[in-house]
Amino acid sequence: MLRYLRLLGQWALGWIGALGRASMVWFQSLAGLPRRGDMTLLLKQIYQIGVLSLIIIVLSAFSIGAVLALQGYTQLARVGAEESVGLGVALVLLRELGPVVTGLLFAGRAGSAVTAEIGLMKATDQLSSMEMMGVDPLHRIIAPRLWAGMICMPLLTAIFNSVAIGGSAIVGVDWLGVDAGGFWGGMQDGVQRWEDIGKGMVKSGVFGVVISWIAVFQGYDSTPTAEGISVATTKTVVYSSVAVLALDFILTLVMYGDFN
Amino acid sequence: MRTIEISVGAFVLAGILCLVFLAFRVSGVGVGDTSGSYLLNAKFNDVAGLRVRSKVSLAGVTIGRVAKIGVDSETAEAIVTMQVSQDVANLPVDTGARIQTEGFLGGRYISLTPGGEEQVLHNGDTITNTQGAIGLEGLIDTFISKMGSK
Repeated sequence: MLRYLRLLGQWALGWIGALGRASMVWFQSLAGLPRRGDMTLLLKQIYQIGVLSLIIIVLSAFSIGAVLALQGYTQLARVGAEESVGLGVALVLLRELGPVVTGLLFAGRAGSAVTAEIGLMKATDQLSSMEMMGVDPLHRIIAPRLWAGMICMPLLTAIFNSVAIGGSAIVGVDWLGVDAGGFWGGMQDGVQRWEDIGKGMVKSGVFGVVISWIAVFQGYDSTPTAEGISVATTKTVVYSSVAVLALDFILTLVMYGDFN
Repeated sequence: MRTIEISVGAFVLAGILCLVFLAFRVSGVGVGDTSGSYLLNAKFNDVAGLRVRSKVSLAGVTIGRVAKIGVDSETAEAIVTMQVSQDVANLPVDTGARIQTEGFLGGRYISLTPGGEEQVLHNGDTITNTQGAIGLEGLIDTFISKMGSK
């Protein structure tokens, strides 16, 4: 009995300790003032994290938009309201699917890569040699990746939403023959700039911060072995996905939840 | 390094353009393409459910859009401004306008029925022969009151 209690305590302390270390990594890497040459590092990371994620984002966005239009059309056409397809698809994408799916893809595509890269740097003692040379790895390695993640997520979400809405328009208007004016008009009447687009962007910004934080920390805190890196990479994807879904619920509750 | 700079720049630009697209194409108002069309007004006693950009149709064919919905404070009637395609510039002055519903629960639209006069409507003219929206509630009310009186 006592043994289990001790194990539970150890597990909880381990978790709290990890959270503390993660916060320290976060603050220390963002606290340092930007120096000359930092922009080049940041640019390289935006390329790695953002530009290279574009293909998967665009492809998924197009298929998701197309599928939403197809499903929405079959249901709405029964009651003769197929013009509402545009509005329905746009609201679903802007409020929920856009930020969440982009977040999940981003965690899988970019987060795992960042963790593996930093984990391998640690395993091959690159991080400690940097410290020996007087270069702060938090500043040189961690900070650009954190910033890049936070910059890329909202941009990727905006691209995801636009491509998905374009995909739904292609399927809905060009293929299924929904009236183009009703499709776009219903969308423009129903979608509000701040309420739908703005709040969706806030969500994606929060997801960007959380995902890149988890990815960077898991790499930095990984056990410096081959197995440790694989465990850390898995953890990044699992934790980020759970965090995105849980945070999405909380953010929706906070931003849209005036149910009284 | 140069390719990275350019691709990052293109990426950021694409993201911003997508935001602009979302802000101005997906949300917000503004009736596009005003060329090749003229404006007609119509006064209705009730336009519930009609929206800017709703369809204007003639014999079931869409010939225009609702451009503006206002209210005439003197007669307490709704004034609907319609943008009608120049292709149908020969609508008689006694053309009738009715607000109808697409399907059972679908959106509202204005249906025009041409009259027999020789004179035609011009840009800015007002259609007087109108019939406003009949809501489902109104129909049920009429039904109940008729049933009650029997």
